[in-house]
Amino acid sequence: MSGVAEERGARAPWALTAPALMLFVGVLLIPLAMTVMLSFHDWGQYKGIEPVFILKNWYEIAADPYYAEMFWRTFRIAILTTLLTALLGAPEAYILNRMSGRWKSFFLLVILGPLLISVVARTLGWALLFGGNNGLVNKLLMSLGVMRSPIPFMFTETGMVVALAHVMMPFMVLSVWAALQRLDPQIENAAMSLGAGPVTIIRRIIMPQIMPGVLSGAIIVFSLSASAFATPAIIGGRRLKVAATLAYDEFLNTLNWPLGAAVATLLLFALVLIVVGSNALIERRYAEVFR
Amino acid sequence: MAYLELDRVAKQFGAQTVVDDFSLSVGKGEFISFLGPSGCGKTTTLQMIAGFLDPTRGAIRLEGKDLTAIPPARRGLGIVFQSYALFPHMTAAENVAFGLEMRKVPRNERAERVRAALAMVGLAGYEDRHPRRMSGGQQQRVALARALVIKPSVLLLDEPLSNLDAKLREEMQIELRQIQRTVGTTTILVTHDQNEAMSLSDRIVVMSQGKIEQIGTPQETYEKPASAFVSQFLGKTNDFAATIDRTAAPARLVVGSWAVPAPAGFNGAVTVSVRPERIGFGDAGLTARIVTRIFQGNHWLFQCDSECGPAIVIRQNDGKAQPAEGDAVRLTWRPEDMSARARESA
Amino acid sequence: MRRNGPLALIFHTIFVIIMLAPILVVCLVAFTPEGYLSLPTNGFSLRWFRAIANYPEFIHAFWVSLGLGALSSLVALLFAVPAALAIARYRFRGRDALAALFLSPLMIPHVVLGIAFLRFFTSAGLGGSFAALIIAHVIIVFPFALRLTLAAATGMDRTVEMAAVSLGAGGWTLFRRVTLPLILPGVISGWALAFIQSFDDLTMTVFLAAPGTETLPVRMFLYIQDNIDPLVTSVSACVIAITMSALILLDRFYGLDRVLAGKGDTGR
Repeated sequence: MSGVAEERGARAPWALTAPALMLFVGVLLIPLAMTVMLSFHDWGQYKGIEPVFILKNWYEIAADPYYAEMFWRTFRIAILTTLLTALLGAPEAYILNRMSGRWKSFFLLVILGPLLISVVARTLGWALLFGGNNGLVNKLLMSLGVMRSPIPFMFTETGMVVALAHVMMPFMVLSVWAALQRLDPQIENAAMSLGAGPVTIIRRIIMPQIMPGVLSGAIIVFSLSASAFATPAIIGGRRLKVAATLAYDEFLNTLNWPLGAAVATLLLFALVLIVVGSNALIERRYAEVFR
Repeated sequence: MAYLELDRVAKQFGAQTVVDDFSLSVGKGEFISFLGPSGCGKTTTLQMIAGFLDPTRGAIRLEGKDLTAIPPARRGLGIVFQSYALFPHMTAAENVAFGLEMRKVPRNERAERVRAALAMVGLAGYEDRHPRRMSGGQQQRVALARALVIKPSVLLLDEPLSNLDAKLREEMQIELRQIQRTVGTTTILVTHDQNEAMSLSDRIVVMSQGKIEQIGTPQETYEKPASAFVSQFLGKTNDFAATIDRTAAPARLVVGSWAVPAPAGFNGAVTVSVRPERIGFGDAGLTARIVTRIFQGNHWLFQCDSECGPAIVIRQNDGKAQPAEGDAVRLTWRPEDMSARARESA
Repeated sequence: MRRNGPLALIFHTIFVIIMLAPILVVCLVAFTPEGYLSLPTNGFSLRWFRAIANYPEFIHAFWVSLGLGALSSLVALLFAVPAALAIARYRFRGRDALAALFLSPLMIPHVVLGIAFLRFFTSAGLGGSFAALIIAHVIIVFPFALRLTLAAATGMDRTVEMAAVSLGAGGWTLFRRVTLPLILPGVISGWALAFIQSFDDLTMTVFLAAPGTETLPVRMFLYIQDNIDPLVTSVSACVIAITMSALILLDRFYGLDRVLAGKGDTGR
């Protein structure tokens, strides 16, 4: 009886949501608006922040190729990370889904659990394995005489992509796994009874159906990778900056807040645009399949 | 004076009228059923009595007092829901005690009344069970005890037996009737099951599309359906087009090639309803041919092709020989076994 | 369903090893008896766990994180439970927009949130304070608290509440005696998930924390910036252990797959 709700007290929902709404307006929307404003303020080494309206910071970002290169690196890393998670995560989700009950939930826990473990700890693990001469894998390989010098990992884009992919992998597995749950368990048998081989089944039957899951996973992974801070900061250090670490430096080291705010605002709007845009595309593309 | 009275009650959701012009007087201690298919407005009416919905128009009065202004928590009605709606985090006894607690009944009296209520529904000894560890029938009994223990002015039952299997449902019907008789609580049952309505109620309110089709005792609604809907909904029936001719003396009712003495009232085009078990095979009557013959244990079911359209006949299995498929027969019945009503246009 | 072939199992094994290796290596190195980063090949030692005691900044940061996580999750629930009940039960104008707003902290990069809060709290004169951290964390854990509470409220049988009302319960009594107990598993899980999110957040907190209000992830991050030694691995191992306990709590109350797959549906 959903009618019950509308009947008694049309004001009730607003009374119940009002505290949360006020909280969000007061402590989320206003600070975000202030940040956008801040990106138009002036800043000087000695005068600090000047509350005027100028396009100086935006002009600097547009004119200085340093920023273009940095944003391009940010999105390149995010794209590669997304591809890597999709290529490995989707098959893994499929394999996981074919396991028997107890193993399935065990490995699901093993793979999804890290999602909730500190990103700092997880990235630290990669630094321990591959970090320069002291990296455990590097030491092992060098002592075995396989290599002379350590695998370049720290302060490289490859290192960032690998570590980020590891951090983001659970999101992809989860997303594909959710799509697999909607599959009719008999569908593979049906395809087989019609004479399809395993490759055909995966290519023609499974892939098209889990594609929305892969894509929505890709959107999550992409947006989180493009704005990631901890992993790029630990692996990339001061040398290889991405948008998030650059904004951090502007705010806490250089103290040029307006410029940092401009970088953050640009990152926010670029991501919102990409995410909303690709969501709309996916929905249009797959509207017929899943409704 | 009526105990519970619904006076031209109507309910609209937006432009859609769900219940319209519903008037009913319920006497104290009476057992009333609202019977109809899903979407006929019977549950909406129950919800308005309970106070979960406000009527768009009309009044609901209990002992002459207007109920509509009283919030549901203060109406003092006992309700048994289709899903039982037991509190899963409380034991059976705690469930039953909840209403008494809300009424600030002292602890000792509470315990006594809870024990008595559970005993009444045959659940003595189940006080500390949680609903999850009880069968559907047991949960149903707890829900009933919980509703009755507060000595409600009216007991509202919303499809209470529909989640039980057939055998258990029959047992519960008998038990429900006995309990209601003992306690004497005025009861309203909402159901889509005509057997349930007939076996339990003093009077049945047959509803369709938000309107009352007929109010009457089970026998009245079955024997003298007021509309095609009622005759169809309450079991199988045969409707034949017929004509009443009052120019002849004595007045005749002509159905197909068969003429019988006309019943009182009506003139011209009418519809007559005859229950399949009232039709026999005789020498005079409608000409017909048996299309299929189905044996169903205690009776035979015949589907016939008669001169007035398809007809169903049910004959008791009394061990005598029955006509076979393809046989030509004549369908006959006593004048008092049919009910006539003005022919409905459309 | 057909079984996995050998190739699939090999892939799976390698996948799981890679997923676990970095976490395992942190936990193993934490037990090294040596003074430098190495696997504990010559026996296990707790020296680096004992060393934490000599580093009061980590101890202090741990208490800050614990208090921050517990408190901000609790405050978030105080706001989220009524909001979830409203969204689950009523169809009102602006309902979808509200739900989107309440879930938006999931979409906004934490680095942007950190900057926005830094700017906001500095102007408000709360820069670097514990109160500012609490408020900021309430916002970022709110979606998690809301989602699980919402799922519980949506899945709840409304007639149970109607039954309670017909028996005379209303208002606060109805909430305390019937509604809250029924959604409690969702509320507790929401708290646990929110706690983990708060406990682990680095990106936003690094902007807001000042000496004295540094959380454990922030302290670890700043420490790693200077040098990586076994001390930070033993601290990490402790953090992993705490998260695991919260995970087990979640699994008990709710089922972990449900928490993680927790569809962000705003109700059907």
